[in-house]
Amino acid sequence: MVEIREKESVVVRFSGDSGDGMQLAGNIFSTVSATVGNSISTFPDYPADIRAPQGSLTGVSGFQVHIGAGQVYTPGDLCDVLVAMNAAALKTQYRYAKPDAAIIIDTDSFGPKDLEKAQFKTEDYLGEMGIDPDRVIACPLTTMVKDCLKDSGMDAKSVSKCRNMFALGLVCWLFDRDLNVAFNFLREKFAKKPEVAEANIKVIQAGYDYGHNTHSSVANVYRIETKHKVPGRYMDITGNKATAYGFIAAAEKAGLKLYLGSYPITPATDVLHELSKHKSLGVITVQCEDEIAGCASAVGASFAGALAVTSTSGPGICLKSEAMNLAVIMELPLVVLDVQRGGPATGLPTKSEQTDLLQALFGRNGESPMPVIAASSPTDCFDAAYTAAKMALEHMTPVILMTDAFVANGSGAFKLPNLADYPAIQPPYVPEELRGSWTPYMRNAEGVRYWAVPGREGFEHILGGLEKDDKTGAISTNPENHDLMTRKRQAKIDAIPVPDLEVLGDKDDAELLIVGFGGTYGHLHAAMDELRAQGKKVALAHFRYINPLPKNTAEVLKKYPKVVVAEQNMGQLAAWLRMKVDGFVPMQFNQVKGQPFVVNELVEAFECLVKS
Amino acid sequence: MYSAQDYKKGQPRWCPGCGDHFFLSSLHKAMAEIGVAPSQTAVISGIGCSSRLPHYMATYGMNTIHGRAAAIATGCKVANPDLAVWQVSGDGDGLAIGGNHFIHANRRNINLNMILLNNRIYGLTKGQYSPTSPRGFVSKSSPYGTVEDPFRPAELCFGARGHFFARAVATDAPGTIEVLKAAYSHKGASVCEILQNCVIFNNGTHDAVYSKEGRTKNAIYLKHGEKMLFGENNEYGIVQEGFGVKAVKLGEDGYTEADVLVHDAKCEDNTLQLKLAEMEWPIALGVIRDVEAPTYDDCVMAQIEEVKAKKKYHNFAELLETNDIWTVSE
Repeated sequence: MVEIREKESVVVRFSGDSGDGMQLAGNIFSTVSATVGNSISTFPDYPADIRAPQGSLTGVSGFQVHIGAGQVYTPGDLCDVLVAMNAAALKTQYRYAKPDAAIIIDTDSFGPKDLEKAQFKTEDYLGEMGIDPDRVIACPLTTMVKDCLKDSGMDAKSVSKCRNMFALGLVCWLFDRDLNVAFNFLREKFAKKPEVAEANIKVIQAGYDYGHNTHSSVANVYRIETKHKVPGRYMDITGNKATAYGFIAAAEKAGLKLYLGSYPITPATDVLHELSKHKSLGVITVQCEDEIAGCASAVGASFAGALAVTSTSGPGICLKSEAMNLAVIMELPLVVLDVQRGGPATGLPTKSEQTDLLQALFGRNGESPMPVIAASSPTDCFDAAYTAAKMALEHMTPVILMTDAFVANGSGAFKLPNLADYPAIQPPYVPEELRGSWTPYMRNAEGVRYWAVPGREGFEHILGGLEKDDKTGAISTNPENHDLMTRKRQAKIDAIPVPDLEVLGDKDDAELLIVGFGGTYGHLHAAMDELRAQGKKVALAHFRYINPLPKNTAEVLKKYPKVVVAEQNMGQLAAWLRMKVDGFVPMQFNQVKGQPFVVNELVEAFECLVKS
Repeated sequence: MYSAQDYKKGQPRWCPGCGDHFFLSSLHKAMAEIGVAPSQTAVISGIGCSSRLPHYMATYGMNTIHGRAAAIATGCKVANPDLAVWQVSGDGDGLAIGGNHFIHANRRNINLNMILLNNRIYGLTKGQYSPTSPRGFVSKSSPYGTVEDPFRPAELCFGARGHFFARAVATDAPGTIEVLKAAYSHKGASVCEILQNCVIFNNGTHDAVYSKEGRTKNAIYLKHGEKMLFGENNEYGIVQEGFGVKAVKLGEDGYTEADVLVHDAKCEDNTLQLKLAEMEWPIALGVIRDVEAPTYDDCVMAQIEEVKAKKKYHNFAELLETNDIWTVSE
């Protein structure tokens, strides 16, 4: 008897060897779900090793998809359905499963050798893990895929690559999904290899039919209805891709060439990959000899009149900081993207943290004010990147855009933006009437240095890393002038208008204000929702603009009886807010595990704070 | 069209007698002869005595941070290939802290005119040995002499697959101007090593060739397609010996003019050019290597045009349409 469970939201985790194609299966499933209007949030969790030994515990990669009837804010803490393509995946991923989760395993990958590699002690792997066999859909998946494709003429390796599609078919059956969307996705993806597309489609159908015919009696079928539809056209987008798109959109709006100087580094490299594809939009990407050159060449490109970007992660910021400072003193536009990962040093390259905040704010010699913006979700990366570029160009300053591995690799349903709806980007080019009287550090009413782009006759000038005279632009070590220039550079950043800090939830009478920034938005929001559902009075203020801070920051932070700053570091935002808001002493929730927050843990911690 | 005056600005603040003064004057003259407008010219330096140079140019320019001039110039040139970009560094800026950028700019063959003002010393920090100081060199940071070998700039350039290398002496205006013009004409990374004297901390380092008389005795001006003869009356010549070259006196040991090699700066194989660049007597001046090759900036632009013609999306809205899109209706 099929039990149909109506659920608000469901989390599915696909897991297997790094090479098992779990991400593709997860992507297709999220797209299929989004098409019917479910909201989606995804997160890949992959190992640092590119290809660890097959079947080994270190080689397991996961891809988690959260689909919801209403808005979902995170990829979910624990999963309702776990797909484990081999013994190692079951061993390492079962801890992400809810107690009543349905578990799909490929019994062909649970032979003696597989069990040994996964460090099972007996053949009763379910018993060892304490898993109720009734919750397991155990199928000889590899055998069935081979069988299904035996007449395809494909070699064994190619056939084996289709295993993920069988699992996808099974999951689609569990959720009663329309397979046609998946079929179209594959036909598009493999447009140049139709035989591959058709083989995959055949396997998905087989997986679906297998579920339908064989397991109707054991499994649940889930129904996720759509409740809050926002009509429109959507695509699935990762944070890194949305960031790249934001830069492209800003360059087009500003009428400038987009230049990226970069050096590959996890988890930022996908931005370089994405932008490298779009030469037909005139995007210039230079893969430099090192992080230093990535930033330095971007400074050169900015001088030459491009929208210049350099992309990296924390270790790269260390190396770029000198050239970033050059852009500070030369007052040239530059966007520095920091996709944060676990540190210090090489740290946890594939994992997520928010530990670079103070580095972004202070990690340079001299008085070096720089705007800092943090994106709160994969889709928000688009707006954040657009805004960072606009701010850099209009205020003639380097801007640090912070995302993190979680936001960068996660994905969400992205409503296609219309560039016409976005604000204009107007760099302060030197007005023609200043010809003859212009000097390089003359400023407009907002205190912003004018931009004279090489090639323009009559505005030849020298910039540089040495302090310059405010009036003449010549090198100056005059003490009063240095003090004046320092203040002008600071005032320019302080004067950048940013929107007020928004308070969500019980904004009038919250007992507890949760404060965060960047990629933790979804988890903090979900925790707030949970607490409010329990009847607690809770609000959330999430920072996107960290320097300069919104004008109402002090007002918001001082309004509520209790404030907790929750962040994935040892208290860096809390320290910054304490520095900027007189007398503000918040409570703190800090975790530095390299993993996203777990909503339940947040709820428990915040409950205690409300009670105390 | 332009005179040297059009490229001149300000009053240089180098020490009296510094080789940089001579070079700057030659650069102004060379730029006037080349004729690219000051507004279309960018001069980019790092940090060091010689890196002050952009301040004395009426062009666009940047005096940036230590060692990064080549990387910054790379971004500038790629973002705006119409600019004539000159990168000026000393031996410390270009070969020590900036060594990585120096070799990669050469490898990429980006169309930069790369000036290396080599005085074999750190002047601005007041007298430490540099990566071009000879082994055993005594300086403030090596009071008992250095225990390391120097870079030979040509070797580094060639090792990085550089396609242009020339050398001039700062005090030799015609020789310097000729080399600078050749560097500009060469499409790609053009390295000009300028032998330059630091009167304060390393006086006399290039004495053998610093005066006209010295050059007559101790230098050879290489010209593509011409026999490699030198000396007051061209009484010496360069001949091949085994895998190397050597200077011989014509008429001695049976050598005649027929034995003298003809300089081939265009030869793809850099073996003999390297031998010439590394001769200690005579010191080779002029254009040692000048080989055509695709430039990075040209190739970047060509690839953009190629892909533009091939792909169907040319703006952001069209880019969005290349994705898997679904519609959520009311």
